[in-house]
Amino acid sequence: MSIISDVINSTKAVIKGMKITISKMPQKKWTVQYPDVPVTVQPRYRGQHLLHVDENGKEKCVACYLCAAACPSECIYIEATDDARPYEERVGRDERYAKVYNIDYGRCIFCGFCVEACPKDAITHGYNFELSVYNRADLLKTKDDLLITKQKQSKNYRVALSDEDVDSEYKEVDKVGIKFRL
Amino acid sequence: MSVATENLTGQVDILDQPLESQMTISMGPQHPSTHGVLRLELVLDGELVVKTVPDIGYLHTGMEKLFEYKKYQQGIVITDRMDYLNPLGNNLAYVMAAEKLLQLEIPERAQVIRVMMCELQRIASHMVWLGTHCLDIGAMSAFFYCFRQREKILNLIEAVSGGRLTPSYFRIGGLMMDLPAGFERRVKQFLDDFPAALEELTTLVSDNTLWQSRTKGIGIISPEDAIDWGLTGPCLRGSGIDLDLRRHNPYSGYETYDFEVCVELDCDVWARFRVRMREMFESYKIIRQTVDRLKPGPTKADAPKVVLPDRDDMRKHMDSLIHHFLIVAEGFNVPPGEVYHAIEASKGELGVYMKSNGGPKPERVHFRGPSFVNLAALPVMAEGEMVADVVAIIGSLDIVLGEIDR
Repeated sequence: MSIISDVINSTKAVIKGMKITISKMPQKKWTVQYPDVPVTVQPRYRGQHLLHVDENGKEKCVACYLCAAACPSECIYIEATDDARPYEERVGRDERYAKVYNIDYGRCIFCGFCVEACPKDAITHGYNFELSVYNRADLLKTKDDLLITKQKQSKNYRVALSDEDVDSEYKEVDKVGIKFRL
Repeated sequence: MSVATENLTGQVDILDQPLESQMTISMGPQHPSTHGVLRLELVLDGELVVKTVPDIGYLHTGMEKLFEYKKYQQGIVITDRMDYLNPLGNNLAYVMAAEKLLQLEIPERAQVIRVMMCELQRIASHMVWLGTHCLDIGAMSAFFYCFRQREKILNLIEAVSGGRLTPSYFRIGGLMMDLPAGFERRVKQFLDDFPAALEELTTLVSDNTLWQSRTKGIGIISPEDAIDWGLTGPCLRGSGIDLDLRRHNPYSGYETYDFEVCVELDCDVWARFRVRMREMFESYKIIRQTVDRLKPGPTKADAPKVVLPDRDDMRKHMDSLIHHFLIVAEGFNVPPGEVYHAIEASKGELGVYMKSNGGPKPERVHFRGPSFVNLAALPVMAEGEMVADVVAIIGSLDIVLGEIDR
């Protein structure tokens, strides 16, 4: 192949490729402008854990240690206590409850085994995912951070409906009405 | 040029007889085109590669040893982190090895879902390969279109399992959960757009003369050499050997699906590229068939001592609750024995060798990682090529360092 035909062919290839690139330009963007626009998470998404309470605000956890036993990274620490007071005065729903319930997010791998193991539905995965901290010791979350009544939910996520389109995340951006500068 | 070699020969003794014209350079471990932390010791004669020595181990995490300290069901999460582009394939290999030891019968629906998820994951893995391969060689824009498709698949995987990169969706004896409502519709939605996207990538990359001149006739490995070096997967099929474990040693009901084993005869980077491009379409065909086959039914095997009971059952029945406690707290005992189970992962034959001594923890788990074996053939392919083509050859091998170092 001579140099001239080489040059012609490569130019043709570049033009062909650029055609696709240019045809994409007027189309809708596929970028989620994350801190400005919430990220869409699926209903089963595994974020930061939540410790649940019953309808009267009593903790559901009975400190059975199953979550700690199921955990592959051994990041759950529990101290159990018995509370013989009547239901109205107790902390937990049952007589036994977890006095200390710590999850070390430096170790947690968000596998969902603790949720699967819990026989009382006391622990689930929430959707909070912004867990970075400045100090490594802050990765240890105690009951104050984990209880559903106390955990602050981030505004930066939006839970998808279970039947949403596969690329709803990107359609949502247009609904919010953010204008993009080209 | 011998100045550079003097300092290095003490470190790495790879020069038999250093010539005046030869130079040893170190490519990686921070080089962007080595796909992770791979270091290559290249002996160059001008621009030509005389010798290549891959240096691995920068990402070693001791995973295989870790399996011995985890219960069988806990090992699933470790497999996610080996080949992090194909976690569901790793899950499947591990889970099926344990099921082989336990001699479990997996229900039809669970098997169909497994095949569907694995093929989705295969497309996602190949999309990352195509994107990074293009990026290495210099085609920037294809990368974004590949990741757009992958993003859709990750959304699907997230909807099913809750994790995007580390799904841990398969369990010994079945699945974590059934599919969420409306999942078939979403898969179909993805499938409807996929052939057009693949066509677009074909126009952008395969039909491009520049791309072809960068890939054709480079990194040649003969069929005999390919077998001798133990290549598997697309790398082997690119050398004209027709071997696909989905067809030749079927598992999870792959024998009942209608798909083609893609073989190319050119033995070069272009052939391996073509094999993967065609394979994505075959995966698409398989997923189409699985969607039609999804029938309601159980997703967990009937083995109360191994498989966690349904949550409703567990709340109502005492015996289910007892089984639940025993499985989670103590694990289940696996009969003593040794098995080897191999599946066709996106990169080649992923084999799991598992040895049980009768307890709840395996005595030894070993993985035959396809990336590891395929990388070993890199010196054969790269010999006599230009330095810039080494990048193309690494891209065509589709290695993942998480699996190589384990």
